[in-house]
Amino acid sequence: MDHLTIHFPVGRSRLLGRQQQVVHAVEDVSFSINRGETLGLAGESGSGKTTTGRAILRRIDPKRGTIRFRGRDITQSSGQALRHLRRHMQLVFQDPYASLNPRMNVLDLVAEPLIVHGIYNSTDDAREYVLELLEQCGLSADTADRFPHAFSGGQRQRIGIARAIGLRPEFIVADEPVSALDVSIRAQVVNLLQDLQDELGITYLFIAHDLSVVRHISNRVAIMYAGQIVEIADRDTIYERPLHPYTEALLSSIPVPNPQLQRDRRRIVLSGEIPDTLEPPSGCRFASRCPLVEERCHVEMPSLSPRSETHDAACWVR
Amino acid sequence: MTLGRNDEGVDLHDVNSLSGDEQTLAGISRHGRTRTAKAKELLVELWHDRAGFIGVCFLSMLVITAVFAPLVAPHNPRQQDLVNRLQPPVWSDGGDWSFPLGTDGLGRDVLSRLIFGSRVSIFVGLAVLAIAGLVGVILGVLAGYRGGFTDRFIMRLVDTQVAFPGLLIAILLAAMIGPSVRTVVIVLSINGWMIYARMARGVVLSVKETDYVEAAEIIGCKPNRVMWRHIFPNLAAPLTTLAVLEFARIVLAEAALSFLGVGVKRTDLSWGLDVASGQEQIFNSWWLVVMPGVLISLTVLSVSLVASWLRVVADPQEREKKYGATQIRRHIKDNG
Repeated sequence: MDHLTIHFPVGRSRLLGRQQQVVHAVEDVSFSINRGETLGLAGESGSGKTTTGRAILRRIDPKRGTIRFRGRDITQSSGQALRHLRRHMQLVFQDPYASLNPRMNVLDLVAEPLIVHGIYNSTDDAREYVLELLEQCGLSADTADRFPHAFSGGQRQRIGIARAIGLRPEFIVADEPVSALDVSIRAQVVNLLQDLQDELGITYLFIAHDLSVVRHISNRVAIMYAGQIVEIADRDTIYERPLHPYTEALLSSIPVPNPQLQRDRRRIVLSGEIPDTLEPPSGCRFASRCPLVEERCHVEMPSLSPRSETHDAACWVR
Repeated sequence: MTLGRNDEGVDLHDVNSLSGDEQTLAGISRHGRTRTAKAKELLVELWHDRAGFIGVCFLSMLVITAVFAPLVAPHNPRQQDLVNRLQPPVWSDGGDWSFPLGTDGLGRDVLSRLIFGSRVSIFVGLAVLAIAGLVGVILGVLAGYRGGFTDRFIMRLVDTQVAFPGLLIAILLAAMIGPSVRTVVIVLSINGWMIYARMARGVVLSVKETDYVEAAEIIGCKPNRVMWRHIFPNLAAPLTTLAVLEFARIVLAEAALSFLGVGVKRTDLSWGLDVASGQEQIFNSWWLVVMPGVLISLTVLSVSLVASWLRVVADPQEREKKYGATQIRRHIKDNG
């Protein structure tokens, strides 16, 4: 992914005088994910995480930039080529309640991608394989003939995962797959995703706002703020030696499971608001809230620059 | 009583969630059902929905008498019998069994007229429903799903059509091709498809944004599959409701058109025409209006009873709620 920029036009062009405003949802975002690894994408709501994920899956057309998958430029793929691409990249949804068609039973749901791509001719043919998939995702065989409404959030998410892995994709975008789930279920689903990765060698883009979950599953982590990546590094590097002040503030918000330590910790509480994405500031987007802000930050936008072999950050001060 | 039922509902979920317990589930699970088994299940559910069952019975009876009208009807519906004109129905003073529902001003048997009239009324109702519904739903779904130019074009078409008075079309067409059953069907279809288009578009617009439609697209479904398999089923409930209301309206509209002389020919037989012509004598011979009127109401009522059963069956969650308890009870009874 290179220099991905996504703008959403807002408001319709008026009949007289075409005034069109643009939301700068994602601006000049570049990163790459290596085969078999998990890249965690974290950031607060509205920072463009989901939009980035959707753009990679070619659900949203970027204004600028290119998306490459297995070395091929897929930014312009459409129609048949795009459908073919769907075999290799899938999505796990955030909301397991909304992402399963309530009128289809589990067998139909999980078998659908297989039928659409011509791997099986009918649901009945696919039955055996679907049961295998369900078992792989920790669901028993008798779930196949039931409807989504009979399942809990965690079970539904497992169904969603079974549907996603049926085509044996190499790459899965997991869009906050556990944020809608009960805390007690989260670990199970995250572990399931990890087990599947070990078994099938899937590459993940794991989008989440829960930093502990991100830490648990990711090899590398990228932090987004207001449509830009501010820091990207190996998991341990970013959690132990964050460079960007925003990352630092974000990390300080993770509670520590030790009351003594928790009380003594220094929490960085940011004041101010996320900049208006309709008219983003010309300098660093974090400047208005940054504790380390300097003159230069308001004028010039810092770009993501390497700080060590595996560590990039976008900050003038550090 | 209500509490007991709720408990059974909860039981159903518990029993089913006992994974791997295939033995207990044998009677309940829908394991690889064949088509006949599904049909049988549907019939059992219909039997348990008493209202729907009564509706189906009434409608089947109506259809059968309409088809076999010459065999069922006691008299020729057009035969005049001036000696026995304006006979009251059998249960009022002066009525007798040779004319069970009485006779009209020319001595024609009301019952026979109703039986033959049902042919036109049911045919017009179903034909208009099918044509207007099909055209309206297809255009509405297209408009909603495609959006953009297609949407604007179709919806402007709808607006134009709505603004155009239906009666004017009726008079124009009747003048051009003459009054007949066909004319009525054409006029009412032209006049009725917009409401389906608007409803379908509205539903599609809201369903299109749901996660499961996005999921279908990401899986790699072609637009047609997404449209008909994932979006279209959501139309079932509002569509049946609308169709029932429309059916009633169409039967009455056919009556109105016929009354105005732009519908079926005055010599034809239809419920609407009977109501219209009986209206002049409503004060001394009430049965001329009431009999066809009651029949129209009963038909519409039956259609709506059947439709509400269909709506439940079409929704897996509602279906399980309503029939799951019965299934369990039956299962327990069968297996001791």
